Amino acid sequence: MASDLTFHNSNVARAGGLLKAINQLRLPWIPVVIMLTLLICAAFAPLLAPKDPEGISMMDRRIPPFVSINSPLGTDIMGRDVLSRLIYGARTTVFISLVALGTGALVGSILGLVAGYQGSWLDILIMRLADAALGFPTVLVAMIIVTILGAGIENIVLAVVITVWARFARMIRGDVLAIKELDFVIAAKIAGVRAPWIIARHIFPNTINTLMVITSLQVGQVILLEASLAFLGLGLPPGAPAWGIMVAEGRTVIVQVWWLSLLPGLAITIVVLAFNFFGDWVRDTLDPKLRRA
Amino acid sequence: MRRFIIARVFQSIITLLILSLAVFLSVHLSGDAASFLLGPEATAADYEQIKENMGLNRPLVIQYGDFLLNIVQGDFGRSHLMRRSARDVLLERLPATLQLAGAAFVLSIIVGIPLGVLSAVRRDTFLDNLGKLFATMGIATPNFWIAIMLVLLFGAILGWLPTYGRGGIDHFILPAFVLGWSSMAGMVRLGRSSMLEVLDSEYVKFARIKGLSERVVIYKHALKNAIIPLLTFSGLTLAGLLNGSVAVEVVFAWPGIGRLMLEGISRRDFPIVQATVLAAGFFYVVTALLVDILYAYVNPRIRFN
Repeated sequence: MASDLTFHNSNVARAGGLLKAINQLRLPWIPVVIMLTLLICAAFAPLLAPKDPEGISMMDRRIPPFVSINSPLGTDIMGRDVLSRLIYGARTTVFISLVALGTGALVGSILGLVAGYQGSWLDILIMRLADAALGFPTVLVAMIIVTILGAGIENIVLAVVITVWARFARMIRGDVLAIKELDFVIAAKIAGVRAPWIIARHIFPNTINTLMVITSLQVGQVILLEASLAFLGLGLPPGAPAWGIMVAEGRTVIVQVWWLSLLPGLAITIVVLAFNFFGDWVRDTLDPKLRRA
Repeated sequence: MRRFIIARVFQSIITLLILSLAVFLSVHLSGDAASFLLGPEATAADYEQIKENMGLNRPLVIQYGDFLLNIVQGDFGRSHLMRRSARDVLLERLPATLQLAGAAFVLSIIVGIPLGVLSAVRRDTFLDNLGKLFATMGIATPNFWIAIMLVLLFGAILGWLPTYGRGGIDHFILPAFVLGWSSMAGMVRLGRSSMLEVLDSEYVKFARIKGLSERVVIYKHALKNAIIPLLTFSGLTLAGLLNGSVAVEVVFAWPGIGRLMLEGISRRDFPIVQATVLAAGFFYVVTALLVDILYAYVNPRIRFN
């Protein structure tokens, strides 16, 4: 009987514990809601957008926001619906950041793991490359790439990857240097486990916290970078629904058609703020040591 | 110290060589220069002739060597569009960019560092919150957008400031602020955390126990040590300033090399692209080198490592 009771109690405690655990996470709700909205817009853009984002309509040009029910956020100088373009722009942003950040994280982590574990000349080479990539002005890199390979969404991705991998490589390498001196790694070595397996099975899982922290802190920067490349006309075809391009389109007519630049820029700022706050939260939760950096 | 400097100079030269190779290959891969120069009525023989004349039939390595030799002598070729030597165009536009970047740099130091330090000293006051807001927004707002919004507000609506081109001091205010905001934001953040850390240290506590006035403790003892990380950071902001200057120059119609670079790319004027990219890269590498040497001079732990 007594044991029944404790069992029951612990079950309740467990259910309550889950709620409590979620509560204790102190999730930053506003950023989370903004991020979810962005992801939903990106995933379901064709369903959510009221109109074709590239549908030109000379009859409905320059409608200000909050005037027409048909185009709640107004239209641009070619009569395209701003709301629909914003929703599709979310798709462009999410696509580029996801692919670029994913690739950068993958390449950077692998190089960081190898550099940290192997040491010697390989380490020196990779870290020198990382220093060069970290310091060099990104827009310059993007310009060189666009000059070599021409315009195209994949070249924006490449430009972002070239600059972003180094942060991952550097931080992961630092982690590996500490982890590889730990007993379980040394034991695995003595047991004759081969290097690739040690890296994959014993070292990599211990770097995942760092990986998540850097990734979440980088999202905002990647979105800003992608937006400024789009603004400068490097990479995406003109007229494509991307926030950076929309800001550029509104620039020359800013005085009369002020909402064209204002709205997409606001969208970029809000999204970047949300990711930055979320990144801070991830860092504080997973790795308080990094807080000072 | 001498060994450190030699190693660092060597590194910089390697970086510049890699950059020059990237630029050389980019021009080489992005189009056939010979067919670019020929009209539609040219024959295959003309094409071969011009290739031979331009030295395009020689091995790539030799062409690259030639290219390097020309660059070192300041010869970037002739701009197709402006029908002038790319070097002259570059030299004409360079001062505008350097002035703007310099103004933004100075602004980010004279605003960023004091704001960051005061934020730490007056922790959790209104001033601190203001500093944090300023920093958070500076890191999250795209500079090209804030530039356009300021043009709208101060130029079109209020009419207080010029928003177009180069001129007196007033022409600098908006572009320098926009260009410098993100590095100012970084200075505020770093200055604040660095100052907080120093204020928590043993020697500051000791200075307080000794009975020194708060002003002497903060501005004489703490500040000097809090500023060291800011020095390195100020070197890193240079890359950011070069990055930002392209968009800022476009929005404010600033006649600098950022805009020139973009024009060169969109109109496929390769000598201009070469000249501007190499100049920007050179400027960046040299300043990074100077900052590193200065830093090693200030902080002995670096140079003996």
